[in-house]
Amino acid sequence: MSTHDPVRFVAKNMRLDLALIGDMIAPGSRVLDIGCGDGTLIDHLFRTKGCDARGIEIDMAEATRAVAYGLPVMHGDADTDLQHYPDGAFDYVVLSRTLQAVERPRAVLAQMLRIGTRAVVSFPNFGHWLVRWQLLSTGRMPMTSTWDRPWHETPNIHPCTIRDFFALCAEEGYQVETWLAVDDAGRRAPWRRFPGLANLFGEQGLFVLRRL
Amino acid sequence: MVQTDALATIEHASVRFDTPFTLECGTTLPNHTVAFRTSGTLNAARTNAVLICHALTGDQYVAERQPVTGKPGWWEMMVGPGKPVDTDRYFVICANVLGGCMGSTGPREMRPDGSAPWGTDFPPVTIRDMVRAQKQLIEHLGIARLFAVVGGSMGGMQVLQWAALYPDAVFAALPIATAAHHSAQNIAFHEVGRQAIFADPDWQGGRYWESGRIPARGLAVARMCAHITYLSEEALTRKFGRRLQGAPKDSSEAISLFGEMFEVESYLRHQGSTFVQRFDANSYLTITRAMDYFDLAADYEGDLANAFRGTRTRFLLVSFTSDWLFPTSQSRAIARSLNRAGANVSFVEIPSDKGHDAFLLDEPDFHRTVAGFLRGCAMHAGLAA
Repeated sequence: MSTHDPVRFVAKNMRLDLALIGDMIAPGSRVLDIGCGDGTLIDHLFRTKGCDARGIEIDMAEATRAVAYGLPVMHGDADTDLQHYPDGAFDYVVLSRTLQAVERPRAVLAQMLRIGTRAVVSFPNFGHWLVRWQLLSTGRMPMTSTWDRPWHETPNIHPCTIRDFFALCAEEGYQVETWLAVDDAGRRAPWRRFPGLANLFGEQGLFVLRRL
Repeated sequence: MVQTDALATIEHASVRFDTPFTLECGTTLPNHTVAFRTSGTLNAARTNAVLICHALTGDQYVAERQPVTGKPGWWEMMVGPGKPVDTDRYFVICANVLGGCMGSTGPREMRPDGSAPWGTDFPPVTIRDMVRAQKQLIEHLGIARLFAVVGGSMGGMQVLQWAALYPDAVFAALPIATAAHHSAQNIAFHEVGRQAIFADPDWQGGRYWESGRIPARGLAVARMCAHITYLSEEALTRKFGRRLQGAPKDSSEAISLFGEMFEVESYLRHQGSTFVQRFDANSYLTITRAMDYFDLAADYEGDLANAFRGTRTRFLLVSFTSDWLFPTSQSRAIARSLNRAGANVSFVEIPSDKGHDAFLLDEPDFHRTVAGFLRGCAMHAGLAA
């Protein structure tokens, strides 16, 4: 791999993340998975739910691996390629742990809800207590198992917290249809009615949005 | 130079259609012939047929010895038992294009009245005409829907045209290293080649069969020029660098006055001189023109997406990093048009330093990609493994 290849966010508990997303998608849906990697989710959705699932992946080697596995994946970039899809082309548009790495998250979300009825978005929560504690106690950029690259190398150029995300949805007029937070071990956090607590203890946020 | 006997006398398996065939230009051929080869076995349901579309100077001998040159088929790395296009699994068809010179109706075939070869009076055929002739062949073989249509370069143009013209007859389309129109640069290189042919006194206004001397020098220069566009600078440097070799002893060519020549010069001359043994100059003029005219979007109100609206065909587009003749930007533009049409499209760019020719060469990632894509499509098409 050349040094020019984009560095993707490498999620831990990837399987869990995808399983949670998979649970939120109705059988037989049309799905676009943005940042689909090697296509694990679209393969899962096709095999278990009969979905017409397709993917976009920015890392050419991953995209090639997915196509060579027989999955409908194209090389593309969330920031520049969503504009080429027609309105309402999909029932769900998925962005799994990629929002924090795109150049224009707000525009990407808007495109997702233009081309899809629902947007499924997951992201690592920068409001997690350990991140806060490290910044407070050391005065340096946090380094945790999730935020594991130094500030000058990280592809995660737009970190946000669960509360930030709620605020953005309110500003943009998106309805949060479902949301949940999971802790480091991937357990569903029991703070459904308390975004403040979820923002402190949730390692990852997972949202299903639709236009109001 | 006298045309080799081989090109003139070899019999190619073919089918002749005696129904009038009206070309895009308006001319009607009272009959026409399609030379073709097949390999593998058509299943009982007739659902496992794969059509391979050849490039400018290709032919129907995809995966078997070429009878004129005696060389292996041009895509043996891709097509054959256990290969990505697996002849143990698929029934593979390849036809010589309309306007070609390996047995299909073209400039070197006789006119309908049998008076003389067509020569430069052969009508200006288009990629669409080529595809319509292939469709006749497919129907003749009793096949309603092709499992896949595959082709690189000009073959890829035919694949796009197939998918646009007969969406219900194409389950999967694989346009490789191609474009939806020929660029000004593409046309410019072709024009240099054509002018080289015209400039050869042996071309004789295209009626070279009368004297028995073919415009070998002109056609060789056309091939040399085109061959450069098929390679990359990296590939040329890797293969030849600036190495010199002695002048050919028997050479009476003006260039030998330098006493020695670069290896790359020798290589290109070899490419040129072998090409004229197997290709007809008027055919070269006809087919390069067909490529130049190709502009699929123009047939659909200028928007390529219109060519594919509502299509159920599954597409795989592949480009190569060092291909500057049909660069990745062209494949990406097609992929985006397919996105706009809501089509199911896979698209990857394969890293290679081999230039446009990469699609014909040993590129394992490319072959894995095609094999996997076809496997996935076979599953969706309900083709038994």
